[in-house]
Amino acid sequence: MRIARIIPKIEDKKNGSVDLTLLDPLLEKFKGKKGNLIPLLQGTQDLYGYIPRQAFEKISGATGIELSEMYGVATFYAQFRLHPAGKHIIKVCHGTACHVQNAKSITESLKEALKIADGETTPDGLFTLESVACLGCCSLAPVMMIGDETYGKLTGNEAVKIVKNIRIRENN
Amino acid sequence: MNAMEKTKVIVGLGSCGIAAGAKKVYDKIEALQNAENLDIELKKTSCIGMCYREPLVEIVDENGSYLYGDIDEDSVIDIIEKHVNQHNPVKEYVVQTDLFETEDNEYTKDQVKIALRNCGYIDPESIDEYEAREGYRAIKKIVGQHMSRLDVIQSVLDSGLRGRGGGGFPTGLKWKFANNNKATEKYIICNADEGDPGAFMDRSLLEGDPHAVIEGMIIGAYAIEATGGIIYCRAEYPLAIKRLNIALKQSRERGFLGENILGMQGFDFDIYIKEGAGAFVCGEETALIASVEGHRGMPRKRPPFPAASGLWNKPTNINNVETFANIPWIILNGAEAYAKYGTEKSKGTKVFALAGKIRRSGLVEVPMGMSIRDVIFKLGGGIKDGKKFKAVQMGGPSGGCIPEYLADTIVDYDSVNATGAIMGSGGMVVMDETTCMVDVARFFLEFTQKESCGKCTFCRIGTKRMLEILQKITDGKGEEGDIEKLEVLAYKIKDNSLCGLGQTAPNPVLTTIKYFRDEYEAHIRDKKCPALVCTSLLTYEVDEEKCTGCTVCAKHCPVDAIAGERKKPHHIDQDVCIKCGMCYTKCKFDAIKLS
Ligand SMILES: Cc1cc2nc3c(=O)[nH]c(=O)nc-3n(C[C@H](O)[C@H](O)[C@H](O)COP(=O)(O)O)c2cc1C
Ligand code: SF4
Ligand code: SF4
Ligand code: FES
Repeated sequence: MRIARIIPKIEDKKNGSVDLTLLDPLLEKFKGKKGNLIPLLQGTQDLYGYIPRQAFEKISGATGIELSEMYGVATFYAQFRLHPAGKHIIKVCHGTACHVQNAKSITESLKEALKIADGETTPDGLFTLESVACLGCCSLAPVMMIGDETYGKLTGNEAVKIVKNIRIRENN
Repeated sequence: MNAMEKTKVIVGLGSCGIAAGAKKVYDKIEALQNAENLDIELKKTSCIGMCYREPLVEIVDENGSYLYGDIDEDSVIDIIEKHVNQHNPVKEYVVQTDLFETEDNEYTKDQVKIALRNCGYIDPESIDEYEAREGYRAIKKIVGQHMSRLDVIQSVLDSGLRGRGGGGFPTGLKWKFANNNKATEKYIICNADEGDPGAFMDRSLLEGDPHAVIEGMIIGAYAIEATGGIIYCRAEYPLAIKRLNIALKQSRERGFLGENILGMQGFDFDIYIKEGAGAFVCGEETALIASVEGHRGMPRKRPPFPAASGLWNKPTNINNVETFANIPWIILNGAEAYAKYGTEKSKGTKVFALAGKIRRSGLVEVPMGMSIRDVIFKLGGGIKDGKKFKAVQMGGPSGGCIPEYLADTIVDYDSVNATGAIMGSGGMVVMDETTCMVDVARFFLEFTQKESCGKCTFCRIGTKRMLEILQKITDGKGEEGDIEKLEVLAYKIKDNSLCGLGQTAPNPVLTTIKYFRDEYEAHIRDKKCPALVCTSLLTYEVDEEKCTGCTVCAKHCPVDAIAGERKKPHHIDQDVCIKCGMCYTKCKFDAIKLS
C-alpha cells in the first residue's frame, strides 16, 4: 500500500541551507489557480531535488493548503521525495518486460558496486538507486535511466560500467 | 519522386530509438552533411515501430524507400557513402523495403495502420507534415460540411470503436451520454497515464503523432460541447510531454485551438497538460480526476459517473490516447471504412506493444480478429534464441497469462476475456520456457499491492496476504492448501473492491493457477522451480569439466560454501550454500550448473 512510502525520518543534512526565495516565482505562477497542489510540489522538487520541510511550510502559508493535506499528497505519489537525493538518480526498470529479462541482476550488480541498498544514496551524494515500473522502452529490456538518458539491452556488468564512467567524469 | 528532389535521410528519434543510440547517429549524419556538403535532406521522425532494430535510418531516393536497421555511428558512414554518394544501397543492412524481399518485411506485411498512420512517417514536431498527411482535415470537414454534433457521434457509434484504454466501452455511446448532459461547463480528458508495466503504445503515439491525439480531442470537444481539455500524462514520459507542448502551441497558432475555432462562432476550446506524479491507480477515471484536482488519487464510488459529475463536479468525458488517435481517421474516411476491419463485436484495428522473449519486439497495429499466434509468430518472428513459447501476458496487472495451447485465440475483447485475461491497453509480454509463471504472478501481485490506494480493506490487505503466500511458494516454503487459499482470497478481493484495480488484481494469479497449476505444485510439493528462476529452489553445482579453478566463485561466496585449490575444479558444500546465486553470476566459464 502507498503508506509504505512514508519512511522513517532521516537527518536532513542540507537543512537550514534551503533558499526559500526560489519558491516565489512558482507561487506567483500558480497563485489562485485551482488544483495547483501537485504542480506546486513538482516545481518545488525541480528546484531542490526534493521537497524540504521549510518549503512545505512556506507553500502552506502562501496558499492556505493545510500541511497535513500537502503531506498526504506528497506521500501518495511515488514521484515526490521528502529527503535529498543523489546528484544522479539511477532508475532501474522493473516493469514486466524487464522483469522477465532479468532486471533483478541489474539492480543486484549496482547495489554491489555502489554498496547501497535499493532506494539509498551513496555517501558522496552522487548516486541514488531506485526501482521503477516501466520506462516505456520495453523493446530494449532490461532498461535503466540516469537523468534524461536511457540505456537499454543491459547486463549487470554494463550497468556498472556506465555508472563507473559517470563517477570518473564527476571526479575529474 | 521528382528527379529534382533531394535524397531524404530520416532518423527515428522516439525514446526507444534515442535509448538505442539514434541521437548519436543523427548527429553523425549532420556532421557528415556539414563536412562533406552532402546534398541530402536530413529529417527526424519518431518511433517507426521496429524497436528491435533501433537505431533505424530510412533513406528515400529516386527508386523508393530503404529502411536500415541496427545502425551505429560507424555503419552510418559506410551507408551514406555507398547509398547516397555512390547510389548503391547496402542490402545487408536493409531491414525493410518494397523493392526486394527482406526477412523483416513479414513484420509490416499484415499490419493495417490507422491509429499509427503517421508514426514514423512525419516529424512529430512539424504541424506542416501532419497537415500534409490529411491532418486537421477531419475537423475542417466537420466545420466545412456543417456536420452536427449528433452526426459526429453517430459516425463514431457506427464505426464500432471501443475504448482502447482497456475497458472497451463503445466510444460513441460515451460521447452520447456526455452530449445529453446540457451543462454550460464540461471537460474532455485524454488518459495518457499508461501505467501497465510492459506497454508503450500510448507513449509511441504521443511522441510520434501528437497532433492526431489533439485533433481527436478537438473533435470530441465539439461532439460533447466540452469547454476545457486536459491531457493527463505520466511524468515518466518527458519526451511525449515535450512534443505535446510543441504541438499544442502550433495548433493554437493555426486556430485549431482557442476561441471560435476555424471561424465557428462559439466553438471555444483549449487543452492543457497535467503531469502525473507516479501512481498507477490514477489511470482509473475517478482517481485521475481527483489527481487533476490536486488530491491523493483515490477512486470514489460510481455513480455519479464522470459523465454526470466529474472534474470540478462538471460532466467529464475520459478517453484513452489511442481512442482519440483513431477519431480523425474515422471522421475523414467514414465509419464503414473503419468497421470494415475487425470482428462482429470488436471493430477496427488495435495497436499492440510486443515485448519480452520475442524476436521482433516493437509496435504493431493489426485488424481485430487476427490470432495471437499470428501476431507473435508471423509478425513477431517467434521466440528469441530458439526457445519454446510458453505464454503471453495481456492486460498487465489486470490481465492474465494466455498459454501456448490457447494461442489461436483471436484478438477481440470477448475472445480474450474468455481466457481469463483481458485485452487491456495492448501490452503483450511474451514468455518462454525460462519464465516461471509463479514468479510472474508474484511480480504482478507485488505491483498491485504497492499501487493499491488503500481505500478498500480487501484490496489493501488481501493483496498483501496473497503476495505473502506467493513469496512463500517461490521461496520454497509453500504448503499444501496454499493454492486454495490463494483462490479464496482472489475471489474475495474481486468481489469486495471498489475500483478496477482491486477487482482485477487477482487475475494474473487466477490465470496462472488455471493454466500452470503443475508449476505451482512443483514449487510446493517438489520444492523445484521447473523454469529455474526461483533462486531459493535451485541447486548450485560446479561442472568439473568446465571449471578452470580460477577461484572467483569462492572469493565471492558470502558464506564460504565453495572450496577448492587454485587451477583445480572447485566444489560447493550444499549444506552451507544459501542459494544466493552469486557464484553463478560471477563465473566466467559457465561452470556453475543449476538444477
Ligand atoms: C487501475 C486502473 C488503471 C487504468 N489505467 C489506464 C491507463 O493507464 N490508460 C488508460 O487509457 N486507461 C486506463 N484505465 C481505464 C480508464 O479508467 C478508462 O476506462 C479509460 O481511460 C477510458 O478510455 P477509453 O474509453 O477510451 O478506453 C485504467 C483503469 C483502472 C481501473
Ligand atoms: S480497489 Fe484498491 S485501488 Fe481501488 S479504490 Fe479500493 S483500495 Fe483503492
Ligand atoms: S549460490 Fe551463493 S552461497 Fe551457494 S555456493 Fe554459490 S555463492 Fe555460495
Ligand atoms: S518493462 Fe522495462 S521499459 Fe517497459
